[in-house]
Order: sequence, then structure tokens, then C-alpha cells
Amino acid sequence: MLDKRLSLDDFVGRLSDGMTIGVGGWATRRKPMALIRAIARSKLKDLTVVAYGGPDVGLLAASGKLKKLIFGFVSLDHFPLDPHFRAARQAGLDVLELDEGMLQWGLRAAAMRMPFLPTRVGIATDIVNQPGFKTVTSPYEDGETFIAMPALKLDAAILHVHRADQMGNVLTLSPDPFFDELMARAANKVFVSTEKLVATEELHVAENARFHLVERAVISGVVETRFGAHPTGASPDYGIDLKHLKAYTETAASPEAWNDYRSRFVDISPEAYLKAVGGAEHVSALPAPVY
Amino acid sequence: MTPEFSLAELCIAAAAEAWRNDGEILATGITVLPRLAAGLAKLTFNPALMMTDGENAFVSEPVPLGPRNGYAPKVEGWAPYARTFDNLWGGKRHAMVVPTQIDRYGQTNISTIGPRAKPKAALLGARGYPGNSINHQNSYFLPSHNNRALVEGEVDFVCSVGYNKARWLNSQKPFGLDLRLIVTDLAVLDFEGPDHQIRVRSLHPGISFDQVQDNTGFPLARAERIAETPAPTSEQLHIIRERLDPNGQRKTVFKDDPVGDRRAA
Repeated sequence: MLDKRLSLDDFVGRLSDGMTIGVGGWATRRKPMALIRAIARSKLKDLTVVAYGGPDVGLLAASGKLKKLIFGFVSLDHFPLDPHFRAARQAGLDVLELDEGMLQWGLRAAAMRMPFLPTRVGIATDIVNQPGFKTVTSPYEDGETFIAMPALKLDAAILHVHRADQMGNVLTLSPDPFFDELMARAANKVFVSTEKLVATEELHVAENARFHLVERAVISGVVETRFGAHPTGASPDYGIDLKHLKAYTETAASPEAWNDYRSRFVDISPEAYLKAVGGAEHVSALPAPVY
Repeated sequence: MTPEFSLAELCIAAAAEAWRNDGEILATGITVLPRLAAGLAKLTFNPALMMTDGENAFVSEPVPLGPRNGYAPKVEGWAPYARTFDNLWGGKRHAMVVPTQIDRYGQTNISTIGPRAKPKAALLGARGYPGNSINHQNSYFLPSHNNRALVEGEVDFVCSVGYNKARWLNSQKPFGLDLRLIVTDLAVLDFEGPDHQIRVRSLHPGISFDQVQDNTGFPLARAERIAETPAPTSEQLHIIRERLDPNGQRKTVFKDDPVGDRRAA
């Protein structure tokens, strides 16, 4: 039987310097944070990250892993800005800033193995004055000119899911699948962290069909990491840890504050992390956020 | 007798007008004041409006802001982000958002302030502004009407499309460009001046045209007769206070929650 199970170390070993990596989730929701922390602990460098960003981006920026960021936004929702992203950006981090829909379109083009997809989005804004954009004119009677949104090809995508089997069948049970399916299809390799690794029949796919994110051939590796999205939320299993996120935002105040956070929450094992953030019961009981 | 009202309540009632004639579309108000305004429009003159819980569900009545205290959102549909994008690309939406800067063309910025390579301030990023502004009608709320927000020249990084022909592709008007209202702490502006010049539509009670012009980085058109922004009615105030915002989040929009009629201040 196919077995795509990986340890965190195996996962890191499948990545290499200079890769373009798409990160699933949205802002403070269903981010593969255990995988992000594993990358932060590793020797990997010069990464280009593609994301609807949250603390994943800030944590990698603060850990010096980013060469470039391709993003629609970086937000912590309940807190206005990720201060680590802000500091990196203001220090001159190379970025390609996109409209949220353009990011979706670039992933979709890559997923369909097209060089670009046409869109009106971006026309007459400074987004398309960044390097790399060209226009395309409709060959039909309308003759309208569009932005040719280039494909965003990913070397790897990393996603957090609720349930997976060892063959790579995955379920995202949260109310919004975000753009994880496109991230996966745009990537050469796809690694998921999963709340629970279960036997195929325990996925109850017949009842959960609409939560089956993508066919298993797309998935390269599965890492079981319970609470692997913390401090972001993995509704319906647990909500966002707003207190932890607030403490995280305060660690941009000084190098000492960040080093302290790193040693307490990043440079440790997943088991030690869970203990440090309050344990399984605490995380399981985190309430759904109110927007 | 006119009931007493705060500046926030005056602006909520004024901003609700943005959605009066929109019919059955998605109303999106981002941040406290626009969200309350969209809710007020739905609960009064445009019940056909669709709105979301701010997350993944369409709701049949606006969700009160802040702690729910047992209130369960009245869910009527599914609204994942992919559907929101599809909806807006289809043009059936009117958003009111809060940009950091706006210019004479109605172009706005929430990306960076200062030089692009090493910005003085990195903000959120363009988010959905480019797509919103070329696909459906848009209005803006600016809580501090001054020359730093309503800037001379162009905004530092153009995130949303405006009536600036120099930027249009092949000099063609961008497909869905349709800017409606700008509500500020001083006045209500629109784009109905000559050639879509930004125009003062109404002045908040106790505010003069000169005061508005002095705090704006570009010349404003004046309506033939500039009205006073209407005071919210007792019904509107009741809905705002009791139904939409029982936790009083509107009181945090403006410093010290000033009264709506500045002559009374």
C-alpha cells in the first residue's frame, strides 16, 4: 500500500534552498504552522514564499528565511499588522504584491499548466507596474486588452488539513477551503500536516465528500502534527489563539524579545511546543473567533 | 425635536445611503463604521441586500458587532472566499472600505507609504482593491479628513482604479469603474463634479465648505446647493444602538466619540 507518511525531519529534507513554496490557509486560519516552525529551525535559506499571509510569513521573515514574498496581503485579522512582516518589508524585502484574485488566478494558471490567464484585475493600478506583467488583447470582436496574469508555479506547497490517510487522501473540515486546492495543483510537491492520521475508512468520505480537498496523486507527503495550525485556528477542531498571537506581535519590539520567543516556541519539539502553549486541553477549547 | 446623535451615528446614516439604490447585491462594509452602515441600509431601505458574517456565511440579517451574548447568526448561504471572488468578478457587489490615502481621481492606497523599495510604512498590501475597483461600485470611508489622507498629486501606490485617464489601458475607461461616495468626519463627497471631479455633496452640521477644502490636498467641486448631512432619525438611531452595535464599537471610531452637530460641541 502507498505510504506517504513523513516525520518533520523527513519533510524538511524534501525541501531545498531557493525553492518557491506556497503556504495554504488564510491570514490566521489553517496555516501549517508546525511545518513553518520546522522550516524556521532548519538550515534552509533563500525561500520565495507565496501566500495569503499571516503569522507564517512573519515567522519566516523574522527567522531570515525569505528571499522574496509573493502575496495578496499579510494580516493577523484581529491585530492590524504582522510586525515581523512590516519590519522586513520596511527593511527592503523583495516582494511581488498582488490583488487577492490575481494570486488565485496565477495559481490557477499554474494548476492548468497555462503560461498565463487574462484578467482585468490590476489594470490602471501600480500592481501591474511591478516587473513581470504584460498585456494580452482579445482576438475576438471586443478587442479588449487585459493583464496576462503569469502562472505562479510552486516547487512545493505546504498545507494543514484535519484528517488524512497514509496514501494522501485529505479532508479539510473547516467552513472555507480557501485556495489550498489551487496551491496544491500549482506545486510540484505537496506536503500536508494533519490533525489526525487515520485509516481510509475512518475518513468517512461518503459523508465528507465535499471536504475531500484534492485527489491523492497530488499529495506527496503527510506529516501527523496534532494542533499543527496553532496559533492559527483549525475550525471546527479549535479556534485561533488570540492571546498567543498578541504575545507574538509583541516580540518584534527587540531582538531579545524575538530570541526569547524563538527559544520558547520555535527551537523546540512539537511535543514541547504543545506543552509551552498550554497543552492539548487548552488548545482544543480555544473558541471560534468573532469577526 | 431632533434626537442627540454622535458623529459616528451621523456618518453611519450618511454611509448607509451608498447602498440605497443597489437592489439585490452583496454589501460589504470593512471595519466598524462601514459595516454598521451596510447593516443599517439592509434593516431600513434596502432589505434585498446580501451580507456575510465577516467569515464564511451569508446571513439574512446583519450580525451585531462584538461579543454575541448568545446571538446566533441567521445563516442563509455559504460564502467561502472563492465565491466572494466569483461574486465580485461578476459585478454584483458594492464595497465600502477604509483606505489610508485617496487622491483627486479617487485612486486609493493601503499598501505602502513612502518609497516603494524601502517604504516608510508597510501597510496590509493591496488586498482586493484592484479587483473590486474594476468590477463593481465602490465607496470609501475616511475617519480623518486631512491632507495626509486626501492627498495632493497621486497616492503613493495606486491600489484601486480611479478616474485618471493617464493610467487607463488604451485610454479606455476601466470596465466596471463606478465610484460612489466618500464619507469623512467632515462631509460627504461624491464623484459628480465635472468629469468625475470629487464634489462636496453635503457638509456635516457645523462644518463649512472652506474647512473641508482647507483639509483636502486637491480642489473640490461644490454642488449647486450644498445640503447639510441629514441627522439620523430616531428609528435609525434605535437600530444602530440596539440591534447593530449593542456593544458600542462605534464609539471607538473617532477620538473621544464627539457629537454629530459640531455647533453643539
